[in-house]
Amino acid sequence: MNSHTQISNSKQIQLRIDGASCASCVAKIETALSAVSGVEIAQMNLADRVATVSGSAETKQLVRAVEALGYTAHSLENTSTQQLMTDNEVADRAHYRQLVINTVVALGLGIPLMIYGMFIGEMTVNTTGERVGWGLVGIATLSVMASAGRHFYIGGWKSIWTHTANMDTLIALGTGAAWLYSMLVVFAPHWLPELARHVYFEATAMIIGLINLGLALEIKARGRTSESIKRLIGLQSRSARVIRNGQEIDLPIEHIVTEDEIRVRPGDKIPVDGVVIEGQTSIDESMLTGEPMPVSKQAQDPVSAGTLNTIGTIVFRATRIGQDTKLAQIIEMVKHAQNAKPPIGRLADKIAAYFVPTIMIIAVFTALMWLNFGPSPRIAFAMVCAMTVLIIACPCALGLATPMSVMVGVGKAAEAGVLIRNGEALQSASQITAMVLDKTGTITKGKPAVSDIVPVSGVNEESLLVLAASLEAGSEHPLASALTSAAQTAQLASEPVTEFAAVIGHGITGTIADQRVLFGNQKLMQDHQIDINSQLADAQALAKAGKTPMFLAKDGALQGIIAVADPIKTDSIAAIKRLKDEGIRVIMLTGDNRATAAAVAAEVGVDEFMAEVLPEDKLAKIRALQAENHVVGMTGDGINDAPALAQANVGFAIGTGTDVAIESADITLMRDSLHGLADAIAVSKATLRNIKQNLFGAFIYNTAGVPIAAGILYPLTGVLLNPIIAGGAMALSSVTVVLNAGRLRWFHTQS
Amino acid sequence: MLFINVIGIGLMVLIAWWFWWRTPTVHSSQEGKVQIRVANGSYTPAHIRVPAHQPVTLTFVRDDASPCADRVLFPDLDIQSNLAVQQATSIEIPPLTPGEYTFHCQMQMYRGILSVE
Repeated sequence: MNSHTQISNSKQIQLRIDGASCASCVAKIETALSAVSGVEIAQMNLADRVATVSGSAETKQLVRAVEALGYTAHSLENTSTQQLMTDNEVADRAHYRQLVINTVVALGLGIPLMIYGMFIGEMTVNTTGERVGWGLVGIATLSVMASAGRHFYIGGWKSIWTHTANMDTLIALGTGAAWLYSMLVVFAPHWLPELARHVYFEATAMIIGLINLGLALEIKARGRTSESIKRLIGLQSRSARVIRNGQEIDLPIEHIVTEDEIRVRPGDKIPVDGVVIEGQTSIDESMLTGEPMPVSKQAQDPVSAGTLNTIGTIVFRATRIGQDTKLAQIIEMVKHAQNAKPPIGRLADKIAAYFVPTIMIIAVFTALMWLNFGPSPRIAFAMVCAMTVLIIACPCALGLATPMSVMVGVGKAAEAGVLIRNGEALQSASQITAMVLDKTGTITKGKPAVSDIVPVSGVNEESLLVLAASLEAGSEHPLASALTSAAQTAQLASEPVTEFAAVIGHGITGTIADQRVLFGNQKLMQDHQIDINSQLADAQALAKAGKTPMFLAKDGALQGIIAVADPIKTDSIAAIKRLKDEGIRVIMLTGDNRATAAAVAAEVGVDEFMAEVLPEDKLAKIRALQAENHVVGMTGDGINDAPALAQANVGFAIGTGTDVAIESADITLMRDSLHGLADAIAVSKATLRNIKQNLFGAFIYNTAGVPIAAGILYPLTGVLLNPIIAGGAMALSSVTVVLNAGRLRWFHTQS
Repeated sequence: MLFINVIGIGLMVLIAWWFWWRTPTVHSSQEGKVQIRVANGSYTPAHIRVPAHQPVTLTFVRDDASPCADRVLFPDLDIQSNLAVQQATSIEIPPLTPGEYTFHCQMQMYRGILSVE
């Protein structure tokens, strides 16, 4: 148990110390740390506030020692995901090399023996000379087993004693039996009938070689299945330019604390999450959200770790670091989901648990059948067939079928900004037959904007907008921001307002440049006896188109209408068409009035909608659809729709860029577009299809392979499966599963 | 021949009994801690008994470079963790109600049982 001593002895612990700011503190902390039992060396670096301690002390004790001095300490021990990934890659590479060496060693003996057996001579033992010769070959084979095949025998032996038989058990038994039989032939040929005096050393060596080769190929193929997560992990920067005490220093990101100010130059990655405090830039967030257009950022805007600063320099304040950043959460979630199992894989799991002992029983049964009913030499046929059964059975193909596809599929989805929470979500998403969409924030942008300005003759649009925007500047109504931002875009300055008053439910009034201005609905105009007949038709037409018309009057005379609407996201129409093309029934729900709902539904091509719904109505609608045997997906902003999202078979939360609450739904769409929804469904369908192919292949392979190996075809055709071919087939079957899963990498989301 | 058949059938029964019916040696947790070695295709110990309604820490020490051993999953608890090669990885198990909870690697070649009593 070398590793245990390695672990408990002399490790390095890094602590981040907060509150220490002078050289004398450093000495104090170092002394306190050195006093902890087991500590060999303790050193603190004041600039990056990190103490490095080597020795065998427990982290907790070290933290306590520092806290006793009145400072706070946090362990930096949690090896970063990046580090873990690199470590594992190094380990994988070493393991791969070892497997290749094993393959070469085993095939180096196996291939010449096989060629000899096929073309040169008989592998039978009759004379003393043959006995000596084959005895030497037997010893050579034993050395191959002890070197290249060692892991199978140790694994097989251990697993028997823990009552958990596995692939190693089968290979160890199969090849071990062949070798023992052959050695029996060499040492005691007279115990066996003359025809059965055949040795199978080449089978043992070849099978060990081929299966090692299969494992090596599998590692290579597996590496490619985790590309997506590697890409995400690669987004984490290693260092950042932190401003401390007015000085800029480069620090590893583990040393950044919240509230640190960090400078990001053009072309740099954002190291941690934060809020911009200085400067302006555009940031490419496509790696997290799948949204190709860079997003402009200025003071107060949030920035996310892993995104790329394009042009411009900003300084931002760190708000979330380490494992709390959105990127870290995404990575954690993707990793978690990549190992999740959709229900479809459960049967394979059940089978896997019984598989190996069953194969062992079948092998014994096969041997008995040949011994009882087989042609002579019975003992040789029995041995070969039982061995072939043990070798051909491949529990790995079954065990790998689901996880490999899920791994690639979930990763692929993450690349498109689609985060899938678990296996159930993945499977249900592929089966969705009805999709309920919340209108506001899902189909539409969720932010009202000025859509139409209709002045009466003699008034221009700009003066109308200025009046409305000036008046609304003092209002807190949601529509106010639509007007003020429209005025800003048109570069119109607002005018001072006096005597401002809000008439709840009707509108607002105020005085601008000594003129009384009214802005509101029909009711407000009627209350002030303003004649609106000239524009009533326009207003009704706007309302019918799903917009909210508001009248503006100045000094008792109507000036015009400004209509506000929640604009539809530009790609909603195309995305909804994609859903309908998949045969999914699309239903829109909204709390808005019927006219608005009808107008939006018509524009985006949704045939079914419900207006004026309350949150509990949403829930009822989803239940009703489920009662009609629909697998229902529900898409909302994840905050207001929680019960409906939970009731649906799959809840999708759609977010504005990186702000979305990842925790809230089964599937999170990082990109603010319904295309994410269609992508999510497409990816899950492709993944499920891939899983089915894999499971089908693995089932067929095993159910067909095992009887053929047992010799079921022999009575009919006289054909027996060569154990070496069985070994090759077994090695290939698991590689095939991994390669098939790898095909998912070529899946492309449309946009 | 009869003798061989009896041995063969006996062997089949033995296999079934050994892998399916025989309860393996159970290893109890000590002060809420268990160390599990991950090597040679199995968890040692593979069957762990822990008290109900108490948190336990399972420390997995992975000595096996095979990629199978890379991750341990507790499907019923929705817990999973990467295991780094040649390192100890601790997993906190929350207080559980009595029952049997399996844990295994991605492909179920490594399997273990957590008996909560």
